[in-house]
Amino acid sequence: MAWTRDEMAARAASELRDGYYVNLGIGIPTLVANHIPKGMSVTLQSENGMLGMGPFPFEGEEDADLINAGKQTITELPSSSYFSSADSFAMIRGGHIDLSILGAMQVAANGDLANWMVPGKMVKGMGGAMDLVAGVKRVVVVMEHSEKSGAPKLVKACSLPLTGQKVVDLVVTDLAVFEINRGRTPVRLTALAPDVTLDEVRARTETDFDLAL
Amino acid sequence: MADKTRKDATQALAGRLFDGMTIMAGGFGLCGIPEHLIAAIRDSGVKDLTVISNNCGVDGFGLGVLLETGQIRKMISSYVGENKLFAELYLSGKLELEFNPQGTLAERIRAGGAGIPAFFTKTGVGTLVAEGKEIRNFDGEDYVMERGLTADLSIVKAWKGDAEGNLIYRKTARNFNPMMATASKICVAEVEHLVMIGDLDKDNIHTPGIYVDSVLEGATFEKRIEQRTTRPVAEKAAV
Repeated sequence: MAWTRDEMAARAASELRDGYYVNLGIGIPTLVANHIPKGMSVTLQSENGMLGMGPFPFEGEEDADLINAGKQTITELPSSSYFSSADSFAMIRGGHIDLSILGAMQVAANGDLANWMVPGKMVKGMGGAMDLVAGVKRVVVVMEHSEKSGAPKLVKACSLPLTGQKVVDLVVTDLAVFEINRGRTPVRLTALAPDVTLDEVRARTETDFDLAL
Repeated sequence: MADKTRKDATQALAGRLFDGMTIMAGGFGLCGIPEHLIAAIRDSGVKDLTVISNNCGVDGFGLGVLLETGQIRKMISSYVGENKLFAELYLSGKLELEFNPQGTLAERIRAGGAGIPAFFTKTGVGTLVAEGKEIRNFDGEDYVMERGLTADLSIVKAWKGDAEGNLIYRKTARNFNPMMATASKICVAEVEHLVMIGDLDKDNIHTPGIYVDSVLEGATFEKRIEQRTTRPVAEKAAV
């Protein structure tokens, strides 16, 4: 049985380490915040200009001046800090953020990532994604294994316009976990969702991969 | 010290708007946007604007109102996904659009205000963003050259300000406002609270008054919320 969105987030959360500064993208990556192991100290960065993102506010306590990069109302923690977007991206570009977890349309065997543009469709923009993948020390992608059409998303080479070249370290899909290592090593499958067969994963993956179960 | 206060947004912008000008507008989504100054620009009828802003508001609020009136010719942004009218105008060729990665946009504005004409960044190397731009290798890694960005006018929103133009922002409403305040020929700031000279903590001023030409106190702020996400109050007892 394939992993649910929440189970994928839990898998990605196993990449967290005590003391990490982490940026979570929109969608499934946001759910990773619910799976920070008890007793582990992880500081969430929001690229609009905040460190130490707290949970959603209680009903009636929303503050229009306090939102995350997904424009959702959030809260602060006693340890939080605020800064400008220029300072925020200096942190990101300067390599001070330990881990970025984000979604993708395509990931290639060489670590290339495409997640912002489909030619011919209205393009909404890359937001902070290009800066994050260029600057953050470790980049984990959480995505469905295939497109709704069935087309594979883990590919030999990205056909969509890139967000970054050789930037992806790890991919968590609903079927399996893959080490990409920014293309420095062959792609390796390191975990398989329960009752998912290797044949099924091979059939739905364009790129070759080794086994490291 | 000159008194930089103006009675309202219309007065603060008087004589400072012209067709074809470039305007930087602070804010991230609808958070920290200069809503009174946007309304005054709409009312002025000034047109063919190039607007530099991370987003372009939503339908009917924020910079979205200047799309409705057809006053914007071109946007320089990082993300415009919240706006149906934006897509219509863009797809019908009535609106030009230049996408910048968010951090590159922030740094271009910071550089523009700091007198730095260009800088090199890893962001966007090997992507469409780097096409036609100089690539240079430093210490074994490729970087793309990006230009500093300046404008004719910046409109920013702060929490508190004084007659000298010193500004303090609040929480994540700071976002692009501090850099934009530095990067234009003229900066007009709207504040929620205009306070007496001396009332701001001098060690905690985010934008020193030298960057600000005029400051006005907004009458009422709508401060609309884009994504209202909450926890049920019932959970409060458990915390």
